[in-house]
Amino acid sequence: MDAFLLELGIILLLLGALANVAGRLGLSAIPFFLLAGLLLGEGGLHDLGASTEFIEAAGELGVLLLLLMLGLEFSAAEFTTSMRRHAPSGVVDLVLNAPVGFVAGLLLGYEWQACLALAGVTWISSSGIVARLLSDLRRTGFRETPAVLSVLVLEDILMAVFLPLLVVALAGGTATAAAVAVGAALGVVLLVLLASRHLGHHLGRLLGHDDDEQVLLRVLGLMLVVAGLTFAVDASAAVGAFLVGLAIPSGTAERARDVLGPLRDLFAALFFLSFGLATSPADLAPFLPAAFALAMVSTLTKVATGAYAARRDGVGTRGRVRAGTALVARGEFSIVIAGLAVGAGYTDLGPIASGYVVILGILGPLLGRFADALAEPFAARAARGS
Amino acid sequence: MEITEILLPGVGVCYEFQTASGSRVGVVAKRDGQFDFVRYEKRDPDAAETLLTLTRDEADMLAEILGAPRIVERFADLTREIPGLASETIDVPAGSRFDGKPLGDARIRTLTGASIVAVVRGEDVITSPPPSEVLRGGDALVVIGTTSGMDAVRRIVRG
Repeated sequence: MDAFLLELGIILLLLGALANVAGRLGLSAIPFFLLAGLLLGEGGLHDLGASTEFIEAAGELGVLLLLLMLGLEFSAAEFTTSMRRHAPSGVVDLVLNAPVGFVAGLLLGYEWQACLALAGVTWISSSGIVARLLSDLRRTGFRETPAVLSVLVLEDILMAVFLPLLVVALAGGTATAAAVAVGAALGVVLLVLLASRHLGHHLGRLLGHDDDEQVLLRVLGLMLVVAGLTFAVDASAAVGAFLVGLAIPSGTAERARDVLGPLRDLFAALFFLSFGLATSPADLAPFLPAAFALAMVSTLTKVATGAYAARRDGVGTRGRVRAGTALVARGEFSIVIAGLAVGAGYTDLGPIASGYVVILGILGPLLGRFADALAEPFAARAARGS
Repeated sequence: MEITEILLPGVGVCYEFQTASGSRVGVVAKRDGQFDFVRYEKRDPDAAETLLTLTRDEADMLAEILGAPRIVERFADLTREIPGLASETIDVPAGSRFDGKPLGDARIRTLTGASIVAVVRGEDVITSPPPSEVLRGGDALVVIGTTSGMDAVRRIVRG
């Protein structure tokens, strides 16, 4: 017991120190947590003993909390506005970025299920890193920001369709089974949204309470029950957690976000750590060139996506480059998707996704920061051209 | 003046408008209750400089400061927009025959067509007063109606 407490304590202090360093550098902590996981664990600098099991279990909770919070952040009004203005941007986002991972998977000789997972890894930007970047750089009022945020909202809701599809595919399901899963997922999401609209106040009354402790226990309990049930019917537990977040009406959702935020931070940090722990540095090395190439190509496709979305809102050259570079960061959801694939036995995705997210989790915010300098040659050319 | 409202998913809402002096200004109301005041740049009209950030309390205070004179202004706007509509504050003198009587007894709307929209009593304002509201000397009635109606109301309460 004492070894467990000591080890866990040191790990949390280490993660805290890393997050602090990342914050000072203006970077996200996610790649640093992954790096810590890679350097520790089997074959690394220090093999964790007593706390390994706990970190793994905590990591699973971290995935659920990440998706629960994603659902809690969702608002129907924001979704419909994003759909109306930026549905084509969402399509461009999918068509440009997902094939990069899929084709890379084919080139590496993976089965199509693993290729599908890799497509998800390169497709989904990190809402957490991007939102933080825009706020740190004080860009919330900029004209390209609504386009950037709309792309993120559309990605988030499409995750609810993609995750069940991936889970069925990874479990060895046929194309028909996958199609049924997608249809079912779409139906359930619509049903939950409708139910939340008409019956949401009942759920709000059931979950809401003046006491933070009550909100915490009720929402967390409901999330775990639904996640357990969805897991039992061979769907992803993460999707169950996301649906719970969607169903909670906005008033209660706001309280729940405040109460659950710190918990999410803790367990998500342990999730990134445990994902890194599963890979030893020696295993990572052969995958680094692939991860690097993937990062470079999908940086370009993401910049193009952001530029297209910003252009739809009538934003100029500088703003388009800012929007494109802001979206480059990949993070939590790439790791969640890779985690599903690794869990299904496609272990190669572990090191690839780790390397990929470490690169883009650091490169993304850096590109975003220097977007204006990067845009200068283009803006000058545009000015000459006009 | 035209205000453009832009939804920022996950962040809040941005209200944008042009000032008479030619600056384009935005107010970002964030979900967490904070407000950013930004001014769009001339060189790159999509970029904005954050002028100041206010907490919820500070923004409330600012709104109070800016909002107080605006109420009077809006009242004046209303009467200007609708021809023939007049608004006035009419004092109830001490010793008026309605001093200590319910407002309904004066039968102001029946006799003049004018409406009493508020009674100002010292520091207090009673908006939409019921007919049972007892008037006191020194009250001021906020009246909306026609110009001739104003004179009729004045005659009634002073009589």
